[in-house]
Amino acid sequence: MNEPNEMTGLRREVDPLKPRGRWNPYVVGVGIGVLSWLAFGLVNQPLGITTALSAASSVCALPVMGAEGVAQNPYWAKTPFRWDGGMLFLVGTFLGSLVSVLSSRTFRWELVPSTWSWRFGGSTWKRMVAAFVGGGIIMFGARMAGGCTSGHGISGSLQLALSSWTFFLTLFGSGALTAWFVFRKNTPEQR
Amino acid sequence: MDFPISAETARWLAIPMGMVFGLLLHRGGVADYNVIVNQFRFRDFTVLKVMLTAILVGGVGVLILKTGGHAEYHIKPANMLGVVLGATLFGIGMVLYGYCPGTGVAAMATGSLHAVVGFFGMLLGGVAYALSFTWVEAHIQSVAKLGKVRLPELTGVPDWGWFLILAAIAAVVFWLIERRFERPKAGSKP
Repeated sequence: MNEPNEMTGLRREVDPLKPRGRWNPYVVGVGIGVLSWLAFGLVNQPLGITTALSAASSVCALPVMGAEGVAQNPYWAKTPFRWDGGMLFLVGTFLGSLVSVLSSRTFRWELVPSTWSWRFGGSTWKRMVAAFVGGGIIMFGARMAGGCTSGHGISGSLQLALSSWTFFLTLFGSGALTAWFVFRKNTPEQR
Repeated sequence: MDFPISAETARWLAIPMGMVFGLLLHRGGVADYNVIVNQFRFRDFTVLKVMLTAILVGGVGVLILKTGGHAEYHIKPANMLGVVLGATLFGIGMVLYGYCPGTGVAAMATGSLHAVVGFFGMLLGGVAYALSFTWVEAHIQSVAKLGKVRLPELTGVPDWGWFLILAAIAAVVFWLIERRFERPKAGSKP
């Protein structure tokens, strides 16, 4: 299986830890970059997720606040729910990932991921509470900053926007500090 | 400015473009909780590789489009206090959730049930922001309001200069990553 190549004398790299169907991250980065060309040159709307997502959240508020309450909210009045390009892009992101996961036959139910269980054990409740709270914080932060990893991190950074580079660098600093705080556990097997 | 396709076509084109985006996120490995969290633990650099490459390739292409008059910029305003506070919260949330909004949506399709739970958390976060919008706008977004500034105008370094600097930084970072992380066994056993 790991015979040296006749032509080059090199061994084919076989990584048992590399999950199936995964592409080189640089190639994926180039793909997203080229997709940005289309987003700017053709559609005139940078890639982004959270603007549509916050508009979608107004639907969840409907049962509690009523249609009038939602319409009167100054934020949702600015970005009301509608099936615009951003919302369809969001739907497409889900569908594209579904196509990818089915075609690579890597679909599997996941309740507690391995890095989490290594630190916090296999409790499903613990993981779900963290995911829910984390999701809430991330969305609040994204709206306050004006974008997320896509809208600021990629689309904004590639336009060399001051706001987006500030977002990108602050996000990485904050994430690294949080990760250190949450996942610090100095056991031998970690090293 | 005129774009080659109508607004209605562009709207429907968003679905296939979103699908390509979702497919790339999944194939790139960034729809995986462990990959995202381990980026922040400096044990897996997939996220940085994808993002920096996308910024460089996308940025140079969009610069050419813009210079030729075929694209417009969409700069988000630099309300610095809001951006810094928001990004800080975003980083905390991203480590707890293990995804960002886009990769979370992609992860839902892979069978990650905690991504689904976090998605509802995101919707609730969106509601919370809408409810506090007036206050945030008055007290946070009004502080250090610099407007839609770009780094070239701010520094005097032209666009291509910035991309050269970024490419150099990316080259060094990628070289260090590949040397340090990707071939630890090759070094020990030639």
